Amino acid sequence: MIELIAGKYNYWIYITLMMIGFYAMIEKGNLIKKIIGLNIFQTAIFLFYISISKVEGGTAPILILGKEAVVYDNPLPHVLILTAIVVGVSVTAVAIALVIRIYESFGTVEEEEILNIMKNSSLKPEENIKT
Amino acid sequence: MIIDFLLLLFLVICAIGAVYFKDLLSSTMILCVYSLVMALVWARLNAVDVAITEAAVGAGITTVLLIAALSRTKRGEEVRSQKSEKKSITVHSLFSLLIVIATGAVLVYGTVDMPDFADPEAPAAIHVSPRYIEKTYEEVGIVNIVTAVLADYRGFDTLGEVIVIFAAGICVIFLLRKRVY
Repeated sequence: MIELIAGKYNYWIYITLMMIGFYAMIEKGNLIKKIIGLNIFQTAIFLFYISISKVEGGTAPILILGKEAVVYDNPLPHVLILTAIVVGVSVTAVAIALVIRIYESFGTVEEEEILNIMKNSSLKPEENIKT
Repeated sequence: MIIDFLLLLFLVICAIGAVYFKDLLSSTMILCVYSLVMALVWARLNAVDVAITEAAVGAGITTVLLIAALSRTKRGEEVRSQKSEKKSITVHSLFSLLIVIATGAVLVYGTVDMPDFADPEAPAAIHVSPRYIEKTYEEVGIVNIVTAVLADYRGFDTLGEVIVIFAAGICVIFLLRKRVY
């Protein structure tokens, strides 16, 4: 049991982080809060990948020339996550642009108020745009 | 190491704080701290390139984007507490919590079969990566394996990443351009 906890507690902390982000995404009504939750969710997954690349006693995957038998960490998850971080920021940027557009149309970023406005108005959402 | 554990604990506290605070500017700032601590954790895990990228992109650009969004929308999160809806809100919260706990439990169950943290015999460490570690200097001539893989072995992937950024930029421009009626 102790062995299991010592070997796996890192993963459990990542799961905790991920679930905090998930909770923010499904429970909070504020759209910007949802984006913050999305960010936490993403970075928790990145952290999980990076921790897979760790090898006991390894150094950073930068070759030390002329030295034999150096243990290096696995470089491949690092490459994947470098790409994923940048894609994650692109997702955040588009999400924020959508939120700003929603605010321009509805005057609020609260999910319930938006739903109420859409329910109460006979107009289609596009016709609500404030010019 | 105790410092690694403390950093991870601090990450969890930051994440809870970012979700908990009603003032969205505070949330954004705590998210910035969260990203920086995340960069520290990655530096501790020897992922130096990733740590620098996260410090610049995650803590920098994301924070700037969120502050820009806050300056154009509302700063405070509204507390959903109209008396008539109070009951349904509690039910909604409890239901969300239930889903989150159930998902978390399934994921924790999944980790039981995972190799231990930093296990040298883990499949990820013995299957493909030794080939890159042995051959990179011979084939590419760069000591930093991450850079070599990113720009040479997986160069098309990086090109695809640039296309994603371009598409995101186009999207943002079309969403936020001034409309003329």
